[in-house]
Amino acid sequence: MDMYAENILDHYKNPRRLGRILDCTHVAYDTNPLCGDEASIFLTVKDGVIIDAAFSGKGCAISRAATSMLMEYIVGRRTQEALDISNDFVFDMIGAPLTAARVKCALLGLVVIKKAINQ
Amino acid sequence: MMFNDLKKDFPIFDRLVNGKKLVYLDSASTSQKPMVVIEAEKMFYEQMNANIHRGVHALSQEATAAYEGVREKVRAFIGAREASSVIFTRGTTESINLVASTWGEQNICSDDEIVVSALEHHSNLVPWQQLCKRKKALLKVIPLLENGILDIDALGELLGPRTKLLALTLMSNAIGTIVPIKKVVQIVRDAEAGFKNVGGKGAVGIKILVDGAQGVPHMGFDLGEMPVDFLAFSSHKMMGPTGVGVLYAKREILETMPPYQFGGDMVKAVSQTDATWNDLPHRFEAGTPNIAGVASFGAALDYVQKLGFDEILKHDRELVKYARTKLAEFPGLVLYGPEDSSLGGGIVSFNVPGVHPHDTGSILDNEGVAIRTGHHCAQPLMESLGCDSTARMSFYVYNDFLDVDATALAIQKVYDIFKV
Repeated sequence: MDMYAENILDHYKNPRRLGRILDCTHVAYDTNPLCGDEASIFLTVKDGVIIDAAFSGKGCAISRAATSMLMEYIVGRRTQEALDISNDFVFDMIGAPLTAARVKCALLGLVVIKKAINQ
Repeated sequence: MMFNDLKKDFPIFDRLVNGKKLVYLDSASTSQKPMVVIEAEKMFYEQMNANIHRGVHALSQEATAAYEGVREKVRAFIGAREASSVIFTRGTTESINLVASTWGEQNICSDDEIVVSALEHHSNLVPWQQLCKRKKALLKVIPLLENGILDIDALGELLGPRTKLLALTLMSNAIGTIVPIKKVVQIVRDAEAGFKNVGGKGAVGIKILVDGAQGVPHMGFDLGEMPVDFLAFSSHKMMGPTGVGVLYAKREILETMPPYQFGGDMVKAVSQTDATWNDLPHRFEAGTPNIAGVASFGAALDYVQKLGFDEILKHDRELVKYARTKLAEFPGLVLYGPEDSSLGGGIVSFNVPGVHPHDTGSILDNEGVAIRTGHHCAQPLMESLGCDSTARMSFYVYNDFLDVDATALAIQKVYDIFKV
Protein backbone atom coordinates (compact mmCIF):
# COMPACT_ATOMS: atom_id res chain seq x y z
CA MET A 1 0.00 0.00 0.00
CA ASP A 2 1.37 3.41 -1.08
CA MET A 3 0.98 5.07 2.31
CA TYR A 4 3.51 2.73 3.88
CA ALA A 5 6.58 3.17 1.71
CA GLU A 6 9.94 1.87 2.90
CA ASN A 7 11.09 5.27 4.24
CA ILE A 8 7.91 5.71 6.30
CA LEU A 9 8.32 2.30 7.88
CA ASP A 10 12.01 2.98 8.45
CA HIS A 11 11.28 6.22 10.32
CA TYR A 12 8.46 4.50 12.24
CA LYS A 13 10.58 1.61 13.40
CA ASN A 14 13.79 3.62 13.87
CA PRO A 15 12.61 7.10 14.77
CA ARG A 16 15.35 9.72 14.66
CA ARG A 17 15.83 11.96 17.66
CA LEU A 18 13.36 10.08 19.84
CA GLY A 19 13.75 11.09 23.48
CA ARG A 20 13.87 14.23 25.57
CA ILE A 21 16.25 17.11 26.10
CA LEU A 22 16.29 17.97 29.77
CA ASP A 23 17.93 21.39 29.41
CA CYS A 24 16.13 22.41 26.24
CA THR A 25 15.08 26.01 25.67
CA HIS A 26 11.68 25.27 24.09
CA VAL A 27 9.15 22.55 24.81
CA ALA A 28 5.56 21.93 23.76
CA TYR A 29 3.00 19.15 23.88
CA ASP A 30 -0.21 18.53 21.99
CA THR A 31 -2.63 15.76 21.11
CA ASN A 32 -4.74 14.77 18.18
CA PRO A 33 -8.19 14.60 19.78
CA LEU A 34 -9.39 12.44 16.90
CA CYS A 35 -7.24 9.50 17.87
CA GLY A 36 -5.49 10.45 21.10
CA ASP A 37 -2.05 10.58 19.49
CA GLU A 38 0.40 12.65 21.51
CA ALA A 39 3.61 14.47 20.67
CA SER A 40 6.08 16.35 22.85
CA ILE A 41 8.78 18.41 21.15
CA PHE A 42 12.02 19.56 22.82
CA LEU A 43 14.20 22.16 21.12
CA THR A 44 17.45 23.85 22.02
CA VAL A 45 17.68 27.19 20.25
CA LYS A 46 20.85 29.30 20.20
CA ASP A 47 21.09 32.62 18.38
CA GLY A 48 17.91 31.85 16.47
CA VAL A 49 19.19 28.48 15.26
CA ILE A 50 17.79 25.10 16.33
CA ILE A 51 20.90 23.27 17.46
CA ASP A 52 19.23 20.27 19.05
CA ALA A 53 15.78 18.65 18.81
CA ALA A 54 13.99 15.60 20.17
CA PHE A 55 10.46 14.25 20.33
CA SER A 56 8.47 11.77 22.34
CA GLY A 57 4.87 10.62 22.39
CA LYS A 58 2.71 7.94 20.92
CA GLY A 59 1.20 7.70 17.53
CA CYS A 60 0.69 5.84 14.31
CA ALA A 61 3.31 5.22 11.66
CA ILE A 62 2.32 8.32 9.71
CA SER A 63 2.51 10.71 12.66
CA ARG A 64 5.71 9.22 14.05
CA ALA A 65 7.49 9.06 10.69
CA ALA A 66 6.50 12.61 9.78
CA THR A 67 7.74 13.93 13.12
CA SER A 68 10.97 11.94 12.85
CA MET A 69 11.66 13.35 9.36
CA LEU A 70 10.90 16.87 10.54
CA MET A 71 13.35 16.47 13.42
CA GLU A 72 16.12 15.67 10.95
CA TYR A 73 15.12 18.60 8.78
CA ILE A 74 14.95 21.35 11.40
CA VAL A 75 18.22 20.78 13.24
CA GLY A 76 20.71 23.36 12.01
CA ARG A 77 18.01 25.61 10.59
CA ARG A 78 16.77 28.96 11.84
CA THR A 79 13.54 28.94 13.84
CA GLN A 80 11.92 31.13 11.19
CA GLU A 81 12.62 28.45 8.58
CA ALA A 82 10.87 25.90 10.78
CA LEU A 83 7.91 28.25 11.24
CA ASP A 84 7.69 28.61 7.47
CA ILE A 85 7.33 24.86 6.85
CA SER A 86 4.07 24.34 4.99
CA ASN A 87 1.68 21.45 5.30
CA ASP A 88 2.43 20.56 1.69
CA PHE A 89 6.09 20.22 2.57
CA VAL A 90 5.14 17.49 5.06
CA PHE A 91 2.86 15.76 2.56
CA ASP A 92 5.68 15.79 0.00
CA MET A 93 8.05 14.36 2.56
CA ILE A 94 5.66 11.47 3.23
CA GLY A 95 5.39 11.09 -0.50
CA ALA A 96 2.14 9.14 -0.62
CA PRO A 97 -1.45 10.28 -0.86
CA LEU A 98 -3.06 10.50 2.57
CA THR A 99 -6.75 9.96 3.13
CA ALA A 100 -8.54 12.92 4.73
CA ALA A 101 -8.73 11.14 8.08
CA ARG A 102 -4.94 10.72 8.18
CA VAL A 103 -3.93 14.30 7.33
CA LYS A 104 -4.06 15.29 11.00
CA CYS A 105 -1.73 12.41 11.89
CA ALA A 106 0.86 13.71 9.43
CA LEU A 107 0.67 17.27 10.75
CA LEU A 108 0.74 16.69 14.51
CA GLY A 109 4.54 16.94 14.77
CA LEU A 110 4.69 20.13 12.72
CA VAL A 111 1.96 21.75 14.80
CA VAL A 112 3.84 20.99 18.03
CA ILE A 113 7.21 22.14 16.62
CA LYS A 114 5.66 25.52 15.76
CA LYS A 115 3.99 25.67 19.15
CA ALA A 116 7.33 25.04 20.87
CA ILE A 117 9.10 27.75 18.90
CA ASN A 118 6.32 30.25 19.60
CA GLN A 119 6.51 29.73 23.34
CA MET B 1 -29.07 -20.48 12.67
CA MET B 2 -27.41 -17.48 11.09
CA PHE B 3 -28.89 -14.88 8.81
CA ASN B 4 -27.95 -15.44 5.24
CA ASP B 5 -27.82 -13.03 2.42
CA LEU B 6 -29.39 -10.04 4.18
CA LYS B 7 -26.90 -7.81 2.33
CA LYS B 8 -29.38 -7.67 -0.55
CA ASP B 9 -31.73 -5.62 1.67
CA PHE B 10 -29.05 -2.93 2.08
CA PRO B 11 -28.31 -0.82 -1.01
CA ILE B 12 -24.90 0.29 0.31
CA PHE B 13 -23.48 -3.16 -0.33
CA ASP B 14 -23.88 -2.54 -4.05
CA ARG B 15 -20.98 -0.11 -4.02
CA LEU B 16 -17.25 -0.71 -4.06
CA VAL B 17 -14.75 0.83 -1.65
CA ASN B 18 -11.25 1.38 -3.00
CA GLY B 19 -12.21 -0.93 -5.83
CA LYS B 20 -13.09 -3.74 -3.44
CA LYS B 21 -16.36 -5.21 -2.23
CA LEU B 22 -17.44 -3.36 0.93
CA VAL B 23 -16.87 -5.31 4.13
CA TYR B 24 -18.65 -3.21 6.73
CA LEU B 25 -17.51 -3.98 10.28
CA ASP B 26 -18.34 -0.69 11.96
CA SER B 27 -21.96 -1.20 12.99
CA ALA B 28 -21.14 -0.33 16.60
CA SER B 29 -20.58 3.21 15.30
CA THR B 30 -23.61 3.21 13.10
CA SER B 31 -25.47 0.47 11.31
CA GLN B 32 -26.29 0.39 7.62
CA LYS B 33 -29.90 1.05 6.57
CA PRO B 34 -32.13 -1.40 4.75
CA MET B 35 -34.12 -0.29 1.71
CA VAL B 36 -37.38 -0.38 3.72
CA VAL B 37 -36.04 2.33 6.05
CA ILE B 38 -34.73 4.50 3.24
CA GLU B 39 -38.06 4.10 1.43
CA ALA B 40 -40.01 5.00 4.57
CA GLU B 41 -38.16 8.28 4.96
CA LYS B 42 -38.60 9.06 1.27
CA MET B 43 -42.27 8.16 1.47
CA PHE B 44 -42.76 10.54 4.39
CA TYR B 45 -41.34 13.48 2.45
CA GLU B 46 -43.16 12.55 -0.74
CA GLN B 47 -46.55 11.75 0.74
CA MET B 48 -47.19 13.38 4.10
CA ASN B 49 -44.57 15.99 4.91
CA ALA B 50 -45.98 18.52 7.37
CA ASN B 51 -45.27 19.69 10.87
CA ILE B 52 -46.90 17.66 13.63
CA HIS B 53 -49.35 18.56 16.41
CA ARG B 54 -51.81 21.47 16.32
CA GLY B 55 -52.23 21.34 12.55
CA VAL B 56 -55.81 20.94 11.42
CA HIS B 57 -55.00 20.13 7.82
CA ALA B 58 -54.84 16.60 6.50
CA LEU B 59 -51.08 16.36 6.02
CA SER B 60 -50.35 17.55 9.55
CA GLN B 61 -52.76 15.02 10.96
CA GLU B 62 -51.23 12.22 8.92
CA ALA B 63 -47.71 13.25 9.95
CA THR B 64 -48.80 13.42 13.59
CA ALA B 65 -50.36 9.98 13.35
CA ALA B 66 -47.16 8.58 11.82
CA TYR B 67 -44.95 10.21 14.48
CA GLU B 68 -47.15 9.21 17.42
CA GLY B 69 -47.60 5.76 15.88
CA VAL B 70 -43.87 5.17 16.20
CA ARG B 71 -43.97 6.33 19.81
CA GLU B 72 -46.52 3.61 20.47
CA LYS B 73 -44.33 1.15 18.57
CA VAL B 74 -41.36 2.05 20.79
CA ARG B 75 -43.53 1.67 23.88
CA ALA B 76 -44.49 -1.85 22.87
CA PHE B 77 -40.91 -2.66 21.82
CA ILE B 78 -39.43 -1.93 25.27
CA GLY B 79 -42.50 -3.00 27.22
CA ALA B 80 -43.25 0.40 28.75
CA ARG B 81 -46.65 0.90 30.32
CA GLU B 82 -47.47 4.21 28.67
CA ALA B 83 -46.42 5.85 25.40
CA SER B 84 -46.13 9.13 27.31
CA SER B 85 -43.02 7.68 28.98
CA VAL B 86 -41.28 7.62 25.61
CA ILE B 87 -39.49 10.84 24.62
CA PHE B 88 -37.87 11.32 21.25
CA THR B 89 -34.45 12.98 21.29
CA ARG B 90 -31.57 13.39 18.85
CA GLY B 91 -29.87 10.28 20.15
CA THR B 92 -28.59 8.46 23.21
CA THR B 93 -26.23 11.30 24.10
CA GLU B 94 -29.05 13.81 24.22
CA SER B 95 -31.25 11.37 26.14
CA ILE B 96 -28.61 11.02 28.86
CA ASN B 97 -27.88 14.74 28.92
CA LEU B 98 -31.59 15.41 29.26
CA VAL B 99 -31.70 13.33 32.43
CA ALA B 100 -28.49 14.88 33.80
CA SER B 101 -29.63 18.45 33.27
CA THR B 102 -33.19 18.01 34.54
CA TRP B 103 -33.52 15.18 37.03
CA GLY B 104 -29.82 15.39 37.87
CA GLU B 105 -29.81 19.13 38.49
CA GLN B 106 -32.87 18.79 40.67
CA ASN B 107 -31.93 15.72 42.70
CA ILE B 108 -28.17 15.49 43.07
CA CYS B 109 -26.86 17.40 46.08
CA SER B 110 -23.42 17.76 47.60
CA ASP B 111 -22.05 14.50 49.05
CA ASP B 112 -24.54 12.44 47.05
CA GLU B 113 -23.12 9.58 45.04
CA ILE B 114 -23.46 8.49 41.42
CA VAL B 115 -22.18 5.08 40.37
CA VAL B 116 -21.04 4.30 36.81
CA SER B 117 -18.94 1.45 35.43
CA ALA B 118 -15.47 1.21 33.95
CA LEU B 119 -17.08 0.22 30.64
CA GLU B 120 -18.92 3.46 29.95
CA HIS B 121 -18.87 5.36 26.68
CA HIS B 122 -17.98 9.02 27.26
CA SER B 123 -21.66 9.88 26.76
CA ASN B 124 -22.62 7.97 29.89
CA LEU B 125 -19.65 9.18 31.89
CA VAL B 126 -18.98 12.85 31.15
CA PRO B 127 -22.55 14.10 31.90
CA TRP B 128 -22.36 12.47 35.36
CA GLN B 129 -18.75 13.43 35.98
CA GLN B 130 -19.59 17.07 35.24
CA LEU B 131 -22.80 16.97 37.27
CA CYS B 132 -20.81 15.60 40.21
CA LYS B 133 -18.28 18.42 39.83
CA ARG B 134 -21.04 21.04 39.77
CA LYS B 135 -22.83 19.56 42.77
CA LYS B 136 -19.76 18.44 44.74
CA ALA B 137 -21.11 14.92 44.57
CA LEU B 138 -19.01 11.76 44.38
CA LEU B 139 -18.61 9.61 41.26
CA LYS B 140 -17.90 5.95 41.96
CA VAL B 141 -16.84 3.37 39.37
CA ILE B 142 -17.60 -0.36 39.19
CA PRO B 143 -14.21 -1.90 38.29
CA LEU B 144 -13.37 -4.50 35.69
CA LEU B 145 -12.33 -8.09 36.24
CA GLU B 146 -10.03 -9.74 33.74
CA ASN B 147 -11.05 -9.92 30.09
CA GLY B 148 -13.16 -6.82 30.37
CA ILE B 149 -15.89 -8.41 32.49
CA LEU B 150 -17.53 -6.06 34.97
CA ASP B 151 -17.05 -6.88 38.66
CA ILE B 152 -20.77 -6.89 39.46
CA ASP B 153 -20.09 -8.35 42.89
CA ALA B 154 -18.34 -5.10 43.77
CA LEU B 155 -21.53 -3.15 43.09
CA GLY B 156 -23.15 -3.90 46.44
CA GLU B 157 -20.14 -2.40 48.23
CA LEU B 158 -20.26 0.76 46.14
CA LEU B 159 -23.89 1.52 46.93
CA GLY B 160 -24.76 3.48 50.03
CA PRO B 161 -27.50 5.59 51.55
CA ARG B 162 -26.19 8.59 49.57
CA THR B 163 -26.30 6.79 46.22
CA LYS B 164 -28.84 8.55 44.01
CA LEU B 165 -28.09 7.10 40.60
CA LEU B 166 -26.53 4.09 38.94
CA ALA B 167 -25.77 4.82 35.26
CA LEU B 168 -24.72 1.72 33.41
CA THR B 169 -24.26 0.51 29.87
CA LEU B 170 -26.09 -2.57 28.62
CA MET B 171 -23.21 -3.49 26.31
CA SER B 172 -19.72 -2.03 26.00
CA ASN B 173 -19.28 -0.34 22.63
CA ALA B 174 -15.53 -0.86 22.76
CA ILE B 175 -15.16 -4.52 23.76
CA GLY B 176 -18.68 -5.97 23.65
CA THR B 177 -19.12 -6.95 27.31
CA ILE B 178 -22.78 -7.41 28.22
CA VAL B 179 -23.84 -6.16 31.64
CA PRO B 180 -26.42 -8.34 33.42
CA ILE B 181 -28.94 -5.56 34.05
CA LYS B 182 -31.54 -7.88 35.58
CA LYS B 183 -29.07 -8.90 38.27
CA VAL B 184 -28.02 -5.27 38.71
CA VAL B 185 -31.61 -4.20 39.34
CA GLN B 186 -31.91 -6.91 41.99
CA ILE B 187 -28.68 -5.86 43.72
CA VAL B 188 -29.76 -2.21 43.74
CA ARG B 189 -33.26 -2.87 45.03
CA ASP B 190 -31.92 -5.18 47.77
CA ALA B 191 -29.36 -2.60 48.86
CA GLU B 192 -31.98 0.13 48.78
CA ALA B 193 -34.28 -1.85 51.07
CA GLY B 194 -31.40 -2.18 53.52
CA PHE B 195 -30.79 1.58 53.55
CA LYS B 196 -34.46 2.29 54.12
CA ASN B 197 -34.47 -0.08 57.08
CA VAL B 198 -31.66 1.80 58.76
CA GLY B 199 -33.47 5.04 58.06
CA GLY B 200 -30.78 6.46 55.81
CA LYS B 201 -31.14 9.79 54.11
CA GLY B 202 -31.45 8.09 50.74
CA ALA B 203 -35.11 7.39 51.28
CA VAL B 204 -35.94 8.60 47.80
CA GLY B 205 -34.13 5.58 46.45
CA ILE B 206 -31.54 4.81 43.82
CA LYS B 207 -32.47 5.51 40.21
CA ILE B 208 -31.08 3.21 37.53
CA LEU B 209 -30.25 4.55 34.08
CA VAL B 210 -29.30 2.17 31.29
CA ASP B 211 -27.32 3.32 28.25
CA GLY B 212 -28.77 0.98 25.66
CA ALA B 213 -27.10 2.54 22.60
CA GLN B 214 -25.00 -0.55 21.93
CA GLY B 215 -27.07 -3.23 23.59
CA VAL B 216 -30.65 -2.51 22.54
CA PRO B 217 -30.02 -2.94 18.76
CA HIS B 218 -28.60 -6.41 19.41
CA MET B 219 -30.63 -7.64 22.39
CA GLY B 220 -33.77 -5.53 22.59
CA PHE B 221 -34.92 -4.54 26.05
CA ASP B 222 -37.82 -5.66 28.24
CA LEU B 223 -38.76 -3.23 30.99
CA GLY B 224 -40.97 -5.92 32.49
CA GLU B 225 -37.91 -8.06 33.10
CA MET B 226 -35.53 -5.17 33.82
CA PRO B 227 -37.60 -2.44 35.46
CA VAL B 228 -35.08 0.39 35.28
CA ASP B 229 -35.93 4.06 35.76
CA PHE B 230 -34.34 5.47 32.61
CA LEU B 231 -33.42 3.82 29.32
CA ALA B 232 -31.63 5.62 26.49
CA PHE B 233 -30.93 4.33 22.99
CA SER B 234 -30.50 5.48 19.40
CA SER B 235 -32.23 4.68 16.15
CA HIS B 236 -29.12 4.82 13.97
CA LYS B 237 -27.41 1.82 15.55
CA MET B 238 -30.48 -0.33 14.88
CA MET B 239 -30.82 0.32 11.17
CA GLY B 240 -32.88 3.47 11.58
CA PRO B 241 -31.86 6.99 10.56
CA THR B 242 -29.37 9.20 12.39
CA GLY B 243 -30.68 12.03 14.56
CA VAL B 244 -33.35 10.06 16.40
CA GLY B 245 -33.01 8.76 19.92
CA VAL B 246 -35.27 7.52 22.67
CA LEU B 247 -35.43 8.34 26.33
CA TYR B 248 -37.73 6.17 28.38
CA ALA B 249 -38.38 7.35 31.92
CA LYS B 250 -40.87 6.16 34.51
CA ARG B 251 -43.90 8.39 34.39
CA GLU B 252 -43.77 9.32 38.07
CA ILE B 253 -40.19 10.56 37.57
CA LEU B 254 -41.00 12.46 34.38
CA GLU B 255 -43.79 14.26 36.18
CA THR B 256 -41.36 15.73 38.68
CA MET B 257 -38.70 16.70 36.14
CA PRO B 258 -38.32 20.36 35.09
CA PRO B 259 -38.32 21.12 31.34
CA TYR B 260 -35.13 20.45 29.37
CA GLN B 261 -35.48 23.00 26.59
CA PHE B 262 -38.02 25.75 26.13
CA GLY B 263 -39.91 26.70 22.99
CA GLY B 264 -42.75 25.53 20.82
CA ASP B 265 -44.73 22.35 21.48
CA MET B 266 -43.49 21.98 25.07
CA VAL B 267 -45.83 24.65 26.43
CA LYS B 268 -49.52 24.58 27.25
CA ALA B 269 -50.13 28.31 27.43
CA VAL B 270 -47.83 31.30 27.21
CA SER B 271 -48.35 34.87 28.38
CA GLN B 272 -45.89 37.70 27.99
CA THR B 273 -44.40 36.97 31.38
CA ASP B 274 -45.05 33.31 32.10
CA ALA B 275 -45.76 29.88 30.65
CA THR B 276 -47.21 26.55 31.67
CA TRP B 277 -45.88 23.23 30.47
CA ASN B 278 -47.50 20.81 28.08
CA ASP B 279 -48.47 17.27 29.04
CA LEU B 280 -46.06 14.36 28.87
CA PRO B 281 -44.20 13.51 26.73
CA HIS B 282 -44.43 16.74 24.70
CA ARG B 283 -43.06 18.77 27.62
CA PHE B 284 -39.65 17.30 26.79
CA GLU B 285 -39.82 17.71 23.02
CA ALA B 286 -39.40 21.43 22.37
CA GLY B 287 -39.28 22.52 18.73
CA THR B 288 -39.84 20.55 15.56
CA PRO B 289 -38.41 17.07 16.01
CA ASN B 290 -36.92 14.79 13.34
CA ILE B 291 -40.37 13.78 12.12
CA ALA B 292 -39.28 11.94 8.98
CA GLY B 293 -36.54 10.25 10.98
CA VAL B 294 -38.98 9.05 13.61
CA ALA B 295 -41.33 7.80 10.89
CA SER B 296 -38.59 5.73 9.27
CA PHE B 297 -37.29 4.57 12.66
CA GLY B 298 -40.66 2.82 12.82
CA ALA B 299 -39.72 0.87 9.69
CA ALA B 300 -36.38 -0.04 11.26
CA LEU B 301 -38.14 -1.33 14.39
CA ASP B 302 -40.35 -3.52 12.20
CA TYR B 303 -37.34 -4.84 10.32
CA VAL B 304 -35.25 -5.62 13.40
CA GLN B 305 -38.11 -7.19 15.32
CA LYS B 306 -38.98 -9.41 12.40
CA LEU B 307 -35.46 -10.82 12.55
CA GLY B 308 -35.81 -11.39 16.31
CA PHE B 309 -33.32 -10.51 19.03
CA ASP B 310 -32.53 -14.06 20.12
CA GLU B 311 -31.48 -14.75 16.55
CA ILE B 312 -29.56 -11.48 16.20
CA LEU B 313 -27.49 -12.07 19.33
CA LYS B 314 -26.85 -15.66 18.29
CA HIS B 315 -25.75 -14.46 14.84
CA ASP B 316 -23.42 -11.84 16.37
CA ARG B 317 -21.87 -14.39 18.70
CA GLU B 318 -21.25 -16.94 15.95
CA LEU B 319 -19.32 -14.27 14.07
CA VAL B 320 -17.40 -13.26 17.19
CA LYS B 321 -16.45 -16.87 17.90
CA TYR B 322 -15.28 -17.35 14.32
CA ALA B 323 -13.38 -14.05 14.25
CA ARG B 324 -11.64 -14.60 17.60
CA THR B 325 -10.49 -18.06 16.49
CA LYS B 326 -9.27 -16.68 13.19
CA LEU B 327 -7.49 -13.69 14.75
CA ALA B 328 -5.87 -15.82 17.45
CA GLU B 329 -3.87 -17.52 14.66
CA PHE B 330 -1.91 -14.29 14.07
CA PRO B 331 1.27 -14.31 16.14
CA GLY B 332 1.20 -11.85 19.02
CA LEU B 333 -2.17 -10.35 18.12
CA VAL B 334 -3.87 -9.07 21.27
CA LEU B 335 -7.61 -9.65 21.72
CA TYR B 336 -9.62 -7.62 24.24
CA GLY B 337 -13.02 -8.30 25.78
CA PRO B 338 -14.69 -11.47 27.00
CA GLU B 339 -13.13 -14.72 25.78
CA ASP B 340 -16.43 -16.46 26.38
CA SER B 341 -18.66 -15.23 23.56
CA SER B 342 -21.77 -15.80 25.69
CA LEU B 343 -20.70 -12.85 27.87
CA GLY B 344 -20.55 -10.36 25.03
CA GLY B 345 -22.16 -9.08 21.86
CA GLY B 346 -20.93 -8.69 18.29
CA ILE B 347 -17.67 -6.87 18.94
CA VAL B 348 -14.03 -7.94 18.57
CA SER B 349 -11.40 -5.44 19.71
CA PHE B 350 -7.77 -6.21 18.91
CA ASN B 351 -4.28 -4.85 18.30
CA VAL B 352 -1.52 -6.02 15.98
CA PRO B 353 1.74 -5.93 17.98
CA GLY B 354 3.87 -2.89 17.20
CA VAL B 355 1.30 -1.43 14.82
CA HIS B 356 -0.89 1.52 15.72
CA PRO B 357 -4.59 0.72 15.16
CA HIS B 358 -4.84 3.70 12.77
CA ASP B 359 -2.34 2.07 10.48
CA THR B 360 -4.19 -1.24 10.75
CA GLY B 361 -7.39 0.63 9.89
CA SER B 362 -5.88 2.35 6.85
CA ILE B 363 -4.50 -0.90 5.44
CA LEU B 364 -7.85 -2.64 5.98
CA ASP B 365 -9.65 0.30 4.38
CA ASN B 366 -7.48 -0.11 1.31
CA GLU B 367 -8.91 -3.64 1.08
CA GLY B 368 -12.49 -2.38 1.40
CA VAL B 369 -12.73 -3.45 5.05
CA ALA B 370 -14.29 -0.77 7.28
CA ILE B 371 -13.36 -1.08 10.95
CA ARG B 372 -13.15 1.54 13.68
CA THR B 373 -9.84 2.44 15.29
CA GLY B 374 -9.05 4.61 18.28
CA HIS B 375 -10.31 4.85 21.82
CA HIS B 376 -13.98 4.36 20.86
CA CYS B 377 -15.03 7.26 23.10
CA ALA B 378 -14.06 5.15 26.11
CA GLN B 379 -10.68 6.49 27.20
CA PRO B 380 -10.95 5.41 30.87
CA LEU B 381 -11.78 1.87 29.67
CA MET B 382 -8.74 1.86 27.36
CA GLU B 383 -6.66 2.85 30.36
CA SER B 384 -7.95 -0.04 32.44
CA LEU B 385 -7.24 -2.40 29.53
CA GLY B 386 -3.70 -1.06 29.42
CA CYS B 387 -3.80 0.38 25.91
CA ASP B 388 -4.48 3.75 24.26
CA SER B 389 -6.60 2.48 21.46
CA THR B 390 -7.72 -0.63 19.64
CA ALA B 391 -8.90 -1.78 16.24
CA ARG B 392 -12.51 -2.89 16.45
CA MET B 393 -14.61 -5.16 14.26
CA SER B 394 -18.32 -4.92 15.03
CA PHE B 395 -20.97 -7.15 13.51
CA TYR B 396 -24.62 -6.90 12.70
CA VAL B 397 -27.26 -8.90 10.88
CA TYR B 398 -25.82 -8.35 7.38
CA ASN B 399 -22.34 -9.66 8.20
CA ASP B 400 -21.23 -13.18 7.43
CA PHE B 401 -18.22 -15.49 7.70
CA LEU B 402 -16.92 -14.21 4.35
CA ASP B 403 -16.57 -10.73 5.89
CA VAL B 404 -14.37 -12.23 8.61
CA ASP B 405 -12.31 -14.13 6.01
CA ALA B 406 -11.76 -10.92 4.03
CA THR B 407 -10.70 -9.14 7.21
CA ALA B 408 -8.23 -11.88 8.10
CA LEU B 409 -6.65 -11.56 4.65
CA ALA B 410 -6.39 -7.79 5.14
CA ILE B 411 -4.83 -8.25 8.59
CA GLN B 412 -2.25 -10.51 6.95
CA LYS B 413 -1.36 -7.51 4.76
CA VAL B 414 -0.76 -5.47 7.93
CA TYR B 415 1.64 -8.17 9.08
CA ASP B 416 3.34 -8.22 5.67
CA ILE B 417 3.70 -4.44 5.31
CA PHE B 418 4.95 -3.87 8.84
CA LYS B 419 6.98 -7.11 8.80
CA VAL B 420 5.50 -8.09 12.16
